[in-house]
Amino acid sequence: MAERKIRILVAKPGLDGHDRGAKIIARALRDGGFEVIYTGLHQTPEMIAEAAIQEDVDAIGLSILSGAHNTLFPAVMRELRTRGGDDVAIFGGGIIPEEDVAALKAQGVRELFTPGASTDDIVAWVRANVRPR
Amino acid sequence: MSSRTRATAPAAASPDAPPRRFSTVSDMEIAERYDAEDVRGEIGRPGEFPYTRGVYPTMYRGRPWTMRQFAGFGTARDTNARFKFLLGQGQTGLSTAFDMPTLMGYDADHPRALGEVGREGTAVSTLDDMVDLFDGIGLDQVTTSMTVNCSASVVLAMYFVVAERQGVPMSALGGTIQNDMLKEFIAQKEWISPPEPSVRVIVDMIEFCAREAPRFHPVSISGYHIREAGSTAVQEVAFTLADGIGYVEAAVARGLAVDDFAPRLSFFFNLHNDFLEEIAKLRAARRLWARLMRDRFGAQDPRSLRLRTHAQTAGCSLTAQQPLNNVARVTLQALAGVLGGVQSLHTNSMDETLALPSEQAVMVALRTQQIIAEESGVTNTVDPLGGSYAIEALTARIEEEAEDYIRRIDEMGGIVRAIELGFPQKEIAEAAYRFQQQLDRGEKVMVGVNKYQSATEGPMEILRIDPGLEERQAARVRAYKVARDQAAAQARLDAVRAGCRDGTNLMPLLMAAVRDGVTLGEICDVYRDEFGVYRDPAWI
Repeated sequence: MAERKIRILVAKPGLDGHDRGAKIIARALRDGGFEVIYTGLHQTPEMIAEAAIQEDVDAIGLSILSGAHNTLFPAVMRELRTRGGDDVAIFGGGIIPEEDVAALKAQGVRELFTPGASTDDIVAWVRANVRPR
Repeated sequence: MSSRTRATAPAAASPDAPPRRFSTVSDMEIAERYDAEDVRGEIGRPGEFPYTRGVYPTMYRGRPWTMRQFAGFGTARDTNARFKFLLGQGQTGLSTAFDMPTLMGYDADHPRALGEVGREGTAVSTLDDMVDLFDGIGLDQVTTSMTVNCSASVVLAMYFVVAERQGVPMSALGGTIQNDMLKEFIAQKEWISPPEPSVRVIVDMIEFCAREAPRFHPVSISGYHIREAGSTAVQEVAFTLADGIGYVEAAVARGLAVDDFAPRLSFFFNLHNDFLEEIAKLRAARRLWARLMRDRFGAQDPRSLRLRTHAQTAGCSLTAQQPLNNVARVTLQALAGVLGGVQSLHTNSMDETLALPSEQAVMVALRTQQIIAEESGVTNTVDPLGGSYAIEALTARIEEEAEDYIRRIDEMGGIVRAIELGFPQKEIAEAAYRFQQQLDRGEKVMVGVNKYQSATEGPMEILRIDPGLEERQAARVRAYKVARDQAAAQARLDAVRAGCRDGTNLMPLLMAAVRDGVTLGEICDVYRDEFGVYRDPAWI
């Protein structure tokens, strides 16, 4: 039996509507052979965690350009834990200063991609690091 | 195939290699050479229809462009200090950035504001915040631009009430509020309600300003965000002017005479990397708008035909890698804006891919404009590139292709319908993805990112926002709500609700509401109740 496709939720938490990056990544991941679900804009952490559980995804990619990353990444992870989704891999991208990248990784964010990252690198990272749950 | 259009293969290429393709950053193919026969369309003289060469006969000899750096972070007091710094450095107009909660119509104490207060703009929930923002700045002495859209009606009401408290009549106020919801649905995606009620509120503001604040620009029809979302230059012109057509049609349907409001419509374009394409884009937009206003809407007043525009260098073109290189990019982009004839300009700061700009980075950006204005000599003669074969050919081509798009949108039933169908959104997403693929394949170059990378990069000082600010600002809003006359505030809010239902112009009702302590979030909650909440068609 073929291994099932890896499922990824691409999500835009918070109030920021800049979705150019999220849509490009969603499409690149889909073209890379993954199953991709895109939440649309202005999602709360609760909505994202709920969608991740319902869609049974293996990873969540969060796109944040509003500077609210230090609040929103931990909030999504907290909401996931309360729903038993601790093992969903969290990665993300956006305008995130280096010291915040380190702090967020220490809290359990698996990888963060900042401006200039190529879609090839992101697809390759998912392929190497995300496993079906 | 004429010699003009034949692409030249580089000498080193193998005979089997496909000929090298020359194209703009928008992927518009460029000929090896342009000649006199490639020049199409009416060029005219500066200050005369169709304004290809500029909206004024003397352009920057008569009056330099307004140097207007977009600024806002933290509390209104923090931003007020940045405004005063910029004015002290020779800036000639103000431009206000609001934070995400303000832009989306939430007060700082709302749960959805968590983590976002004062982060990428300044926090304004109450009239007190707005008073602080302009403390010590005479609103009759500066023109102010405010970048806000779905909550713009409330912010403008607050601005007018601040002026009232300063003793400045509305008729003396100059400035611009962005207030362009159609491009929000297309590109930037900050919204409350669906397109139709959104346009109704905008027409209320156009109507009110035409009557009470005739020097104020009630809409800044914006291509900037369309381009940042990944559009091509042609799409930027097309969708922006299509949005403009949408507002003019809605205002005319309200019963306004086109020449009573069209002179106060202003524009906002992006300045991207491709130097010649950007100059041609601005010229094409001017010519096409002048023709549309005259031929489609029968505008007679020359001021209705003139596309006057602010412009900002392209944030999406800047790189986090080797950030000092951004100074060079911004210089070229700003120069394109000046050679393209803009009326007002923001130059981005070198550190904007990392965080909000530091004071030092903002100063270099402002100095860049001052160097172009006062050292480079390009302002000494009007439209120095007019008549260049390449510029005129590209101008004509962008105009023709943008007009094709507008025709397709007309066939769909207009821009609101096109947005509902997702047409501009999909065209832009497609262009953005294409460009990313070209970057990933190395067909397009970003210096320092996919070519000429360097391993050692010095760290850059960036602006940090005080993490305690959010709670202090939320507490301030809560205290403000407690201290006001509750019955008066409720009555004013009820009047706004009634106005939403019965179609009364909302602006006087909003001014009365904010005078009596109603907050921005409370009014936007009424919009959410009465007009509904727009949902994003979330396709990939």
